[in-house]
Amino acid sequence: MSLATMFKRNSLLDERSTWITSVVLIVGMLAVVVLHALPPDHAWHLNGSVVSLLGKYLTYMLLALAVDLIWGYLGILSLGHGAFFALGGYAMGLYLTAQQAPLAPWQAVMAHFPVAALAVILAPGLLALVFGWLAFRSRVTGVYFSIITQALTFALMLAFNRNEMAMGGSTGLTRFDELLGFALAGEGMTVALFVASGVAVLLAFWGCKAVTRSRLGRVCMATRDAEARVRFIGYRVEHVKLAVFVLSAMIAGIAGALYVPQVGIINPSTFAPLFSIEVVVWVALGGRATLYGALLGALVVNYLKTLLTGVMPDAWLFLLGGLFVVVTMFLPQGVAGLMAHLRRRREVTA
Amino acid sequence: MSMMDSQRMQRLREFARPDRVFDFMAPAESPVDVRHGPILYLEDVSVSFDGFKAIDNLNLTIDDGELRCIIGPNGAGKTTMMDIITGKTRPDRGQAWFGSRHNLLQMDEPQIANLGIGRKFQKPTVFEALSVNANLELAMAGDRRVWKTLLARLDHEGRERIDEVMEIIGLSGERDRLAGVLSHGQKQWLEIGMLLMQRPRLLLVDEPVAGMTEPEMHRTAELMTRLAGQQSVVVVEHDMGFVRSIARTVTVLHQGSVLAEGSMDEVANDPRVIDVYLGGDESSDVREGT
Repeated sequence: MSLATMFKRNSLLDERSTWITSVVLIVGMLAVVVLHALPPDHAWHLNGSVVSLLGKYLTYMLLALAVDLIWGYLGILSLGHGAFFALGGYAMGLYLTAQQAPLAPWQAVMAHFPVAALAVILAPGLLALVFGWLAFRSRVTGVYFSIITQALTFALMLAFNRNEMAMGGSTGLTRFDELLGFALAGEGMTVALFVASGVAVLLAFWGCKAVTRSRLGRVCMATRDAEARVRFIGYRVEHVKLAVFVLSAMIAGIAGALYVPQVGIINPSTFAPLFSIEVVVWVALGGRATLYGALLGALVVNYLKTLLTGVMPDAWLFLLGGLFVVVTMFLPQGVAGLMAHLRRRREVTA
Repeated sequence: MSMMDSQRMQRLREFARPDRVFDFMAPAESPVDVRHGPILYLEDVSVSFDGFKAIDNLNLTIDDGELRCIIGPNGAGKTTMMDIITGKTRPDRGQAWFGSRHNLLQMDEPQIANLGIGRKFQKPTVFEALSVNANLELAMAGDRRVWKTLLARLDHEGRERIDEVMEIIGLSGERDRLAGVLSHGQKQWLEIGMLLMQRPRLLLVDEPVAGMTEPEMHRTAELMTRLAGQQSVVVVEHDMGFVRSIARTVTVLHQGSVLAEGSMDEVANDPRVIDVYLGGDESSDVREGT
């Protein structure tokens, strides 16, 4: 098989993966909704807590998508994307608490949904803009960038732990009652949030796909592989990085905003450096620079986490660490890379 | 007192010249002005790193359409000179002008690149994960702003330009291959092709035949000669046979400044040049050239 045909096949596979992923997402979402609608005594009935759990997975998948966009395509390893996720979450949390009694007078403005929705996107976006502008302008790259993103999320964790911030201190924001005038506790709300998360994942997947397939996406990959060359053919690398970093942070913020009403709490532990690293493990396991790999990785790892923390909670961190080692050593392209490899081998032997 | 006044007066007159707009109002992307002489003009440029003078009072002019070869032993400052011209390194002293209108020392890399100076690195640097076609498309001259890049589509004109450049660099048959799987020589040509897509006025080419086979070297020599005339080309090279095959004017750099300049024969017979190369590994190369 010549390398030229291999390339053509790869790009075809890329196309195919897009619609396979879309179909799987849509069918999966419909299946969950239908199974939930079955009568409770039916053997296949999904109860509300399972739907809510799946909804939480969807927000994690959205976060993984954001990380893959900058890590997979631009080569920027952010170990602090949990910060953007948490900021979006806090914006939503402020909206939900402001429905009853805001913690501080200025938070009353967050009671309006359009304001809150704007804050969900703008808070992480602005932080990414300022932080990214400083970092990329000074040409901070590689492991140094990763370390300062860790510092960023850690600093925010300390800040949000303080009661003076009026963000609920170490308890965070909780005890939410209603969203857009509807009670949060109802089954209908559970399904609505699940569907909203699914739609968000689908839209973000298509959006990211469009970006990565555009000329800008190719500039990103070029920057990842040979940054100096990109600069010398006349692109402002720091602007490209900044734009994609801000987009990625906004997607993470939306993920956080959808996460909070489904789990019912947001607290500073979401800013913990460990959580951000875990997100990177999801993406590495699923396979970088494929987008569907990130979705797959987030789903698989979190499902395993739910399973294992129920059966033997102590073993989970060992398994997570082990998975990361195995993937780094034997599957540098993740599960997505393994699937592509197997497919090629089957075609060669056939 | 009166002299200072007249100086000030002159500066004011210069500033308020009726035949041109103020400098700060002139469009930044104005075309390169070569009516008054060279396309590249370096004067008394010096730069030192930790006390080591990499470039020491370097003076160099390149004419429009010229093909110039620059040779010199390792550490003569060839790569540093290219770094200064392309905005990667700022000199401690001196002037660097592109045409008579653009001060290179006030611009950064993308600005200089968009102005029309293309640079090929010593090690072939192409985008390995992208196809040959995509490599050329990215390098194509055009609006480089983020939003425009996101919405950019390859038009008919662009496609023709890519075909044309592929023809020039001899990679028409490799259009859809990934750049990463090309041979070493093909990567070098692809990089030169990417420079051509930028529609440069001045090409800086660092060691284009390093690691090339004999036939590849011949093709590269042909390519270089073909490019000169349409644009100015500056080639830095170690290989004397290659320099001899393409050079019209040769500049010898030594310890950061120009040691000799002239035709290949003049330079190779210059006692100072022979002296510098004698004892060095490249002494035999120069004699081979004579």
